Amino acid sequence: MYAFDFERPSTIAEAVAALQDEDAQALGGGQTLIPTLKQRLASPSKLVSLSGIAEMKGVSIEGGVLTIGGGATHAEVAADACAPLAALAANIGDPAVRNRGTIGGSLANNDPSADYPAAMLALGATIITNTREIAADDFFQGMFTTALEEGEIITSVRIDVPPGGANYQKFEQPASRFALVGVFVARTANGVRVGVTGASEDGAYRWSEAEEALNKEFREDALMDLRPNPAIMIEDLHGSREYRAHLVRVLTKRAVAAIG
Amino acid sequence: MTQVSMTVNGKSASGTVEGRTLLSQFLRDQLGLTGTHVGCDTSQCGACVVHVNGEAVKACTMLALEADGAEVGTIEGQANADGSLNVIQQAFQDHHGLQCGFCTPGMVMSAAALLKDNPTPTEAEIRDYLEGNICRCTGYHNIVKAIMAASGQDVSGIAAE
Ligand SMILES: Cc1cc2nc3c(=O)[nH]c(=O)nc-3n(C[C@H](O)[C@H](O)[C@H](O)COP(=O)(O)OP(=O)(O)OC[C@H]3O[C@@H](n4cnc5c(N)ncnc54)[C@H](O)[C@@H]3O)c2cc1C
Ligand code: FES
Ligand code: FES
Repeated sequence: MYAFDFERPSTIAEAVAALQDEDAQALGGGQTLIPTLKQRLASPSKLVSLSGIAEMKGVSIEGGVLTIGGGATHAEVAADACAPLAALAANIGDPAVRNRGTIGGSLANNDPSADYPAAMLALGATIITNTREIAADDFFQGMFTTALEEGEIITSVRIDVPPGGANYQKFEQPASRFALVGVFVARTANGVRVGVTGASEDGAYRWSEAEEALNKEFREDALMDLRPNPAIMIEDLHGSREYRAHLVRVLTKRAVAAIG
Repeated sequence: MTQVSMTVNGKSASGTVEGRTLLSQFLRDQLGLTGTHVGCDTSQCGACVVHVNGEAVKACTMLALEADGAEVGTIEGQANADGSLNVIQQAFQDHHGLQCGFCTPGMVMSAAALLKDNPTPTEAEIRDYLEGNICRCTGYHNIVKAIMAASGQDVSGIAAE
């Protein structure tokens, strides 16, 4: 790691001020950023830790609205969120990673194989920062790219708990246990939404053909004639484009079957 | 350089660190607690697992300054007050849960964190919990068996020694 200064403010306002310095960067749980720094792939002048900010912690459900602090760890989401999202969080990495890694860090990072982005798209989540509210549909802008501006902090995430249920199916890459492909299906108040991660060269996306078909008829068979386009898929040593396209459909079917 | 203070195994400890100093480096290099092993230094292997405020974390993937003011537990703090092995450590010995011993501090610290939340885990729950702890020697069976035994459960159904 290159040397950097370190600050650990206790309020969002102090963190925002500390991030004004040139090349300052936020530190969530460090489960992605610290390995990145070790590889000298980043050289911030200063890290501003968000771990001491009480107003960014906690998970609550009130009147069908789930609110997750931007600094809530995966372990906290696994313990306190609505069931489908809790199950997703409980399967991120391993226990030690879940005790440090945060939802804000995962969303800001937007790894093309991360689990949360698929869920945020399918649940129609609202990502709340220190300056504005961003719909999940506008937030994710391609691999490792988001709508966040320099120095902007994810302070919380708001989700309407889907009345018709939801389910996440993850096909794990056996070495890293990240999603080779992951599909989150939710029956929201505004219809069925399908979020896909791990598959596309453009990062997490909504599979709109499947949404259309499932809105007509919420059954596995409704997906029978749909074929995700392999041309947009990631190809690497873990799986070909065609294989990922196949997994998208299979996992979507399994999620639909699980919701019932 | 910044002053950092924490409680380590019940005793207060402090030192001067850089922003980039890892908790694993602070424990090993400054406090001399070399029982916290560094296997991969890339957050994969779990040899460096310690407890911070009661929760298992990978000390190679946490800055020392992030632990300022925290209660930290390491393998050196696991033995009973009279120096004898605690129930988990003893079970690892009894059930041959280690060979070279490199992964063992992390395994014991992860096991302790698991049993705190789940005093009688199933075999599947133990294997799931150890996802981030890699062992190159044992093949895991005897580690799982040791943790089951430490939780007071029958281990006759777990793979043979
Ligand atoms: C062994 C291992 C296995 C893993 N397995 C999985 C897996 O199966 N699935 C999965 O999805 N992920 C996995 N991860 C990644 C993990 O979920 C990380 O916790 C997550 O990607 C980053 O969150 P963090 O809080 O650690 O962020 P950090 O590493 O601290 O930061 C990541 C980036 O986000 C920025 N940032 C952090 N917090 C905020 C915020 N509140 N607002 C704005 N920007 C912010 C930082 O500046 C940095 O650019 C794994 C990681 C490890 C080490
Ligand atoms: S040394 Fe920390 S996980 Fe391997
Ligand atoms: S006993 Fe050798 S690595 Fe586990």
